[in-house]
Amino acid sequence: MTSGRRPPASAAAASPAPSQSPSARATPRVAPTIEALGEQALLLRFGDTIDPDSNARVQAFAHRIGAQRPNWLVDIVPAYASLAVFVDVAVTPARDPLQVARDWLQARLPDDARVPETSRLLEIPVHYGGSDGPDLDALAAHAGLSPDAVIARHAGREYTVAMLGFAPGFPYLLGLDPALAMPRLATPRREVAAGSVGIAGMQTGIYPRRGPGGWRIIGRTELSLFDPLRAAPSLLAAGDRVRFVAIDSAS
Amino acid sequence: MSVLVLAPGALTTLQDRGRVGSRALGVGVAGALDPYSSAIANLLVGNPVAAATLEITLSGPKLRLSQAARIALCGGDFDLRIDGTAVAGWRRVTVPAGATVAIGGCRRCARAWLAISGGFRAPRRMDSLSTDLRGGFGGIDGRALVAGDVLDIGDAGVAMNIRDADGMDVARWWIDRSPDLAFGQPARIHAIAGADACVPKDGLFAREWRVTADSNRQGLRLEPTTTRASTGEAPLRPADLRERISEPVAPGTIQLPPDGQPIVLLADAQTHGGYPRIAHAIQADWPRLAQLRPGDRLRFEACSREDAWQARRAQAQRLARIALAIAARAAQRPS
Repeated sequence: MTSGRRPPASAAAASPAPSQSPSARATPRVAPTIEALGEQALLLRFGDTIDPDSNARVQAFAHRIGAQRPNWLVDIVPAYASLAVFVDVAVTPARDPLQVARDWLQARLPDDARVPETSRLLEIPVHYGGSDGPDLDALAAHAGLSPDAVIARHAGREYTVAMLGFAPGFPYLLGLDPALAMPRLATPRREVAAGSVGIAGMQTGIYPRRGPGGWRIIGRTELSLFDPLRAAPSLLAAGDRVRFVAIDSAS
Repeated sequence: MSVLVLAPGALTTLQDRGRVGSRALGVGVAGALDPYSSAIANLLVGNPVAAATLEITLSGPKLRLSQAARIALCGGDFDLRIDGTAVAGWRRVTVPAGATVAIGGCRRCARAWLAISGGFRAPRRMDSLSTDLRGGFGGIDGRALVAGDVLDIGDAGVAMNIRDADGMDVARWWIDRSPDLAFGQPARIHAIAGADACVPKDGLFAREWRVTADSNRQGLRLEPTTTRASTGEAPLRPADLRERISEPVAPGTIQLPPDGQPIVLLADAQTHGGYPRIAHAIQADWPRLAQLRPGDRLRFEACSREDAWQARRAQAQRLARIALAIAARAAQRPS
């Protein structure tokens, strides 16, 4: 049931292009809203657009509460501009376990924390174009650029992992050059190779595993994005910084 | 000891209580769709409640046991035969070495959970044995069983002193099927209203829904049982049709895509979704959701979060009482 979820809306429709650096903060910060997600989770919303500032606040708050998790806190799930906190309601004897969680979270706001300095920078070697990047030429035509210029623009930037979702280890990256934005394929491919680097609207990401997909594929990496046998199964974590490095095929 | 898979059944997967704590990596929870039935099957054979069981869907596998063992099948109403002899579910069955356990079609409901004394063994992945079908890992190579698979069984059966010479033995006592598995239709599912509104406001609760064929462990897809032509009713739709960005979702979340056909997320739910969340099916009713098959009808009843916690506590207490009763039985007679 692949249509049971929808990859996020393109930033082009929802917000200004997230091309500024996270330090360029113009708007004053508003405390996140907190709402219940069913009977066992709370959802903190820091914004409703795909933008670096909201996401930086999500990462900072996730980092802060992750460092001091009480025993009822079973999962912390960052998204673009929101964060879910899952509660083991059987652990706390309170009549309202979610109120306990809400009070605990409120006490840790406002979120004046910065993105942790520990944020890593990873390089992802990518072979662009050819059979590894079947949509490179179409994307270049759409952007009015040469394929080499597309590669230079895609590989010439630093991205931030906004969240992992859609599939285990699938990174949604912030920081795409707006000139490279292009809508998804009208009909998703039945099969996209593992390691495929794609573009969907203002988003870019990497498919960890072979499977169907509708993003425009411009290249592929040999790195394993997700391996349940590794101590850290996911190559990337939310908040990481990423750079793509163009490499020759078969190298 | 081991179990040889002679025939796999329609969709048989190894599941325990699921994989909690890895959602930040995009990893769903997985686990038995009905943890209650899985727990009782485990208790009946002398396993810890959280041991891995085989989740069986619509038609079951045919298995051969290398050694004597106890088994129990709980959940929906399946045809179960040991070397050709029909045996009922929800009870402890001692099976001799070399016996064939054949689980046939499902007479009512959709799924059942098979436990074996000692427990199914598989490598733990992120703290769980559960099969993640979408991620392709966990359980047996991240997939459903295929013929020829050999399942490794723990050694708790030795400690329980199951004697091969005893032959097949069916316990004369049983556990009543969970009241959560009411077989009547339409099934009644309690749900808490979500943060997102729909039009008409009570549309989810006012209508009767039918499970469509493209439902699976990730989610149940629903369609109205009445057509617009017959009732003049407009399709249910989100109150706010603006594009939205992906936010976390959870098993139980009821999403409403623009086509007006709600999706109830189940254990294999993705971690994030972009559709409006109009309600959440309560956890105590997940066992009932697990038993719905394509074509089955259901209705939602609104309830409060307090009701949801209360129902969950009641279910946990019932399970605890059953565990005590089984322990008392086991102490009386070894078989």
